[in-house]
Amino acid sequence: MKVLTLNFLTCAVKTCKSSADSFPLHPKDAELAHDDIEINPELLANVLPRIDWTALRTTSTELGFPELPAQPPTVEELEADEALLKELHSLLLETQMMEGKLVCGCCGHEYAVREGIANFLLPSHLV
Amino acid sequence: MSRPEDTLSADVHYDDVEARKYTTSSRIKNIQASMTERALELLDLKSPSFILDVGCGSGLSGEILSQTPEDEGGPHVWVGMDISASMLDVALQRDVEGDLLLADIGQGVPFRAGSFDAAISISAIQWLCNAESSETSPAGRLSRFFNGLYASLKRGGRAVCQFYPKNDVQKQMITSAAVKAGFGAGLLEDDPETKNMKLYLVLTVGGSATGTKGGDITGVVDGMDGVDVHDHRRKGTKTGKGEIKKGSKAWIIAKKEQMERKGKIVKATSKFTGRKRRIQF
Ligand SMILES: C[S@@+](CC[C@H](N)C(=O)[O-])C[C@H]1O[C@@H](n2cnc3c(N)ncnc32)[C@H](O)[C@@H]1O
Ligand SMILES: [Zn+2]
Repeated sequence: MKVLTLNFLTCAVKTCKSSADSFPLHPKDAELAHDDIEINPELLANVLPRIDWTALRTTSTELGFPELPAQPPTVEELEADEALLKELHSLLLETQMMEGKLVCGCCGHEYAVREGIANFLLPSHLV
Repeated sequence: MSRPEDTLSADVHYDDVEARKYTTSSRIKNIQASMTERALELLDLKSPSFILDVGCGSGLSGEILSQTPEDEGGPHVWVGMDISASMLDVALQRDVEGDLLLADIGQGVPFRAGSFDAAISISAIQWLCNAESSETSPAGRLSRFFNGLYASLKRGGRAVCQFYPKNDVQKQMITSAAVKAGFGAGLLEDDPETKNMKLYLVLTVGGSATGTKGGDITGVVDGMDGVDVHDHRRKGTKTGKGEIKKGSKAWIIAKKEQMERKGKIVKATSKFTGRKRRIQF
């Protein structure tokens, strides 16, 4: 599971829909892997405005990476800065959560992650 | 002809044996690939996008997204949802590039609002029509799915769902659930009246820069490459369904508009030209 995807996943429990605490989900006991993926600057420029930067800072810190700057770069800044592109590419697309849990900050539900696949199947009373 | 959809749940039907059989069949591979390419053509994405693959299975559809060449707007990055652990297991073994979620789309789509540029679903959503238990009904599951899908797409985004309805009742049930969730919707048939007929539900989320009207079949394909719209409809109400939220009043309006929709759409030129097709609602 890419860090990019973690920036969009929310808790699936019905009663958490309206709560701000159900996003981002918090990695627990996370085992990471690094995949070499070809850089795609256009894709990064496309998704950057949709990235929740505050959530990304949280996730990145929780995964043990150095703190990200407080403000996101603009698309123009990103496109002009190759080092920044590479860094963001490495964090968002190449860093994979392989094992562990994703925990909802609202209801506490733990979604298991195995071999990179998060299990979002819920018992029907939570849907 | 018996359909597994009628008797089994998807996670039971797609067990280890079936998942492997499905994925190693070169016939199936080719069909899924060509339908995914058709869906991509209908999505008309201009640049590398973030896409949800609904019922992604072993990744036969998703890998087409990863392989889309630069001059066709790719490559795209995708996230797949599937209810069958066996299918996802085969996807892992095949080392697909998309992220995978073990999830039941009938329970919703667990992504924050406006996450995806687009969504595809190839040969999956008819499965939502079969589940009947004390806790869930097909209508409830369809509504959770389409409401979730609608919210997860960015404004101006599109979804294309190829599916195999059992009959017109199912086709209608699925389409109206999408419209009720707020989508502009149109149905496209490739090779109609042949046994190779393929049905595509084309969905738009209102609020694009060009102000595309939702709900209206002509609005769905308006501006799509190579699509001619032959509009024989009476002039009249043109409510932007994109704005309508679920609720009984919207429902009635949707029903009414449905009856007013008689627009015929013909695809003019594309690599598919020459095949018979028609759009209907
Ligand atoms: C015919 S396969 C298609 C897979 C893939 N899209 C392709 O083109 O090869 C249908 C898939 O839909 C999945 N499916 C059926 N019902 C589902 C549900 N409620 N939630 C998620 N996936 C579902 C099945 O598990 C199966 O993998
Ligand atoms: Zn929760």
